Amino acid sequence: MITKGIIKKGEYFDSVSLMNTAKELGKLKGVADCAVVMGTKENRSILQNSGLLLPEFDKSGDADLLIAVKAQDEAAVSAALEKLNSLLGRKKPAASAGAAPRPRSLDAAVEGLPGANLALISVAGRYAGALAMSALRKGLHVMLFSDNISLEQEIKLKQFGRGNGLLVMGPDCGTAIINGVPLAFANVVKRGTIGMVAAAGTGLQEVTCIVSNEGGGVSQAIGTGGRDIKKDVGGIMFLEGLKALIADKETKTILLVSKPPYPEVMKKISAQAAKTDKPVVAVFLGGDKAVAQKAGLAAASDLKEAALLALHADAYAGKKSAKAVLSTAAKTVQARLLSDQKKLKSEAKKLSAKVGRGRKYVRGLFSGGTFCTETQLIMKDLLGEVYSNVPLSAELKLADSLKSVKNTVIDLGEDEFTVGRPHPMIDYALRCKRIIAEAQNKDVAVIALDVVLGYGSHGDPLSELLPAIEKARKGAGKGIVFVASVTGTDADPQSRGRVLEGLRAAGVAAYGFNADAAVVAGHIIRFLGGAK
Amino acid sequence: MKGVNKLFSEELRVLNFGLESFSATLSGAGVKNTQVDWKPPLGVNPEVFDIFAEHKAEIDAANEIALGKIVSAQPVLCGMGKALDLVPGMKRNLILHSGPPVTWDRMCGPTRGGIMAALMYEGMASTPEEAEKLAASGQIEYAPCHEHDSVGPMAGIVSASMPVFVVRNEEHGNTAYCTMNEGLGKVLRYGAYSEEVIARLKWMETDLYPVLEKAIAKLGKIDLKNMIAQALHMGDEVHNRNRAGTSLFFRAVAPAVMRTCADQEKAAKCLEFINGNDHFFLNLSMPASKASLDAARNVEKSSIVVCMARNGTDFGVQLSGTGGEWFTGPAPVVDALFFPGFTKDDANPDIGDSAITETGGLGGFAIAASPAIVKFVGGQAADALNYTMQMYEITTGESKAYQIPQLDFRGTPTAIDVRKVAEKSIFPFIDTGVAHKKAGVGQVGAGVVSAPSEPFRKAAEGLARRLSDVK
Repeated sequence: MITKGIIKKGEYFDSVSLMNTAKELGKLKGVADCAVVMGTKENRSILQNSGLLLPEFDKSGDADLLIAVKAQDEAAVSAALEKLNSLLGRKKPAASAGAAPRPRSLDAAVEGLPGANLALISVAGRYAGALAMSALRKGLHVMLFSDNISLEQEIKLKQFGRGNGLLVMGPDCGTAIINGVPLAFANVVKRGTIGMVAAAGTGLQEVTCIVSNEGGGVSQAIGTGGRDIKKDVGGIMFLEGLKALIADKETKTILLVSKPPYPEVMKKISAQAAKTDKPVVAVFLGGDKAVAQKAGLAAASDLKEAALLALHADAYAGKKSAKAVLSTAAKTVQARLLSDQKKLKSEAKKLSAKVGRGRKYVRGLFSGGTFCTETQLIMKDLLGEVYSNVPLSAELKLADSLKSVKNTVIDLGEDEFTVGRPHPMIDYALRCKRIIAEAQNKDVAVIALDVVLGYGSHGDPLSELLPAIEKARKGAGKGIVFVASVTGTDADPQSRGRVLEGLRAAGVAAYGFNADAAVVAGHIIRFLGGAK
Repeated sequence: MKGVNKLFSEELRVLNFGLESFSATLSGAGVKNTQVDWKPPLGVNPEVFDIFAEHKAEIDAANEIALGKIVSAQPVLCGMGKALDLVPGMKRNLILHSGPPVTWDRMCGPTRGGIMAALMYEGMASTPEEAEKLAASGQIEYAPCHEHDSVGPMAGIVSASMPVFVVRNEEHGNTAYCTMNEGLGKVLRYGAYSEEVIARLKWMETDLYPVLEKAIAKLGKIDLKNMIAQALHMGDEVHNRNRAGTSLFFRAVAPAVMRTCADQEKAAKCLEFINGNDHFFLNLSMPASKASLDAARNVEKSSIVVCMARNGTDFGVQLSGTGGEWFTGPAPVVDALFFPGFTKDDANPDIGDSAITETGGLGGFAIAASPAIVKFVGGQAADALNYTMQMYEITTGESKAYQIPQLDFRGTPTAIDVRKVAEKSIFPFIDTGVAHKKAGVGQVGAGVVSAPSEPFRKAAEGLARRLSDVK
């Protein structure tokens, strides 16, 4: 039997927890007796009485914690001391006070949600960058919904992310689906084997929805923010996303969506894509398809074609070479597109008959930036010049975004319209006003709209749009044809089927692809004589 | 698997900063997520955070040292004496005040009144008018208590003849001084300078001081750390509530007073005085905190706050890693419950060195231990708990000795890290008395106040400057 004493200087514990501790130690095998007390005079006399007042305690004071263990051997003593440290050293959780307050900081949030792996940031831009960096330093992947973050800061964040194996989606990234979870503005799509990287938010919504609606599924949908593929950022996250999809076992087919990347970035994408035998489909809206094809990518002209190509490639991906798979898919999709085109053109012809006399122009009022661009591209081929606040070329820029000129397509999600106001995908007020205003013009033949569903968007867009359309028609707008595209799925809170139905019941020519709506609108104008 | 592909293999768990609808969507989809009640960080230059990040390892290491010194400190009351004899640098024409340095022309009412009272008490002026003239003449020097190893509540006035407690940090060998607490009502620390104020100060010098001095000498020393730890278990947080601490002190000292004071009536009066002043122990919890924190000063690169103090005009902060430099900003007005007849308009901006208790993890940081005063923080025990819980977010560690029963005896949040304050915009929470802005009216209420942002912003920038200089 040996007896050992230890002094812990300056550690104060209340007597009840010390008694409990002593009781726990006493239960240990081989421990005959023990005491854990503060070194007060009274306690010393207790120790004396039980024969545990050891000589080593002589130099201790009132505020010292005294531990005495009487045990059969050294091992039992050590075990007891280890137990003691774990009992007294334990960092105690908070008592269960009323409702726990929300964490106010990143640190507290990380502590409060073990296993947290992604920070979704939509705070004001001037703070978002620093917050994103703190989150990255904590090892969190970041989705940065906020905009107004400097280019330098974006580059810094993305370089840090790349160096540490972390995603930095954004800034100004509106949409992503990670592990099947829709983040920010995203739709409820089926899970599957098509992985996507996009530097175009609503573009990503469109392709995920098309894939899901046409029977495919999405493995991952990574957004990068629009600036990523430009010269300065150099495609850091676009490339990291591509790499991750190449390495991802769940991803069989890869789909890339953006505006045309900077040539150097294009080279890197091409080099990266060459490293995989997974089919890679790309749509670089407004870019030269030949460039993408030369880079070894299956290039599409618009979002619909891209999504369908990916979908059909995915059906055979892995079974044959990527090249063979893509070439088969291209044939199937071309056939489908040709037949669709024919149908759309004949619908346009019928619709053009409903247009009032003297009306000849289209006015596109869009909430999705990518849709605005895609519509301009399609209409450029059909009609020639299309004016916009975000035009394809500088000479087509509207002098006043509030005043349409000839054929005009407006992006109402641009900063000039959203200062102090929610995004038009959430708040339809501005668009409805513009619909009614455009209808006052005697030369407007077609009003084209996009309706974006999903999380984040307006919960019931019909309740906003239908009264506005009705009002527009009642006034000067008799003889105007309304054409709309609906981006979403039936599983979305708003339900794509219900919205399409509601629009059609109200006499709106509604389509499930933005490209289709643009084609119809363009052809109507052509039938009215507004050719290229 | 690593990096992004590791994320693909995990269950997504999201921290949402900003739009709450994103969090609601995630919850609806059954995704584990937390909405963070995020506030913008202090308006510091973003470069400051970069510098902190760059030097993180060194700062963390320095902070561990500073925290260790605070936590291991052993403050004991070991004696008493006259300020002139003990307080370093003390001289006849020097008057110490609370908070950061301040010139006569910028001093608030209570500080000015306290100085006038001290001049009359010292016999350097015989009327308030004379005192005021002398105070403004330039013949009197002023300095912060903190720069002379001292602390003082409210105006914090210390003059040469005043008796002071000597609190020694036995672990680190440094000492802190503090005058005796005069009680409530018309008292010098609230800027009162009437005859009764001076008379009481004189009585404290001639009667109370010798009696207590002998009693303390008889006891050898009184372990203040132990006493504060016990007081926390008895419902004090030792800043705004000192009833338990005062009682414990009374118990410790009374027998010794009886043994060392032959004059029974005098002894009884002294004990009555202590018994009648619930805040008597404040002037011991403060120097105990000061002695503990001073040990942590001058740890190079440390971002630990070693002093928060107010002079009724400015709120000052000092860091371990920035030497004696003061970082200041205007002192805020306390959000208080006022005594009958007074309103916020009567309140002087926050004043006193007593925030040294918060700096040391007591006071507002330990308010969860003090249910009796939760009226100041919303009225419910949970409110007090939440305040304390929040302070863990800006501190480096936890006290080993000072514990909060309501948090299952968790150590109080200790060693404020200015980096965390700046990043999270969570400010030290102080519960304190409120002085009338006019000299001599006294206390008008008590309440709580969050430390202002400016001193902490400047402190963060000051430390960052030093860090980038030493490179």
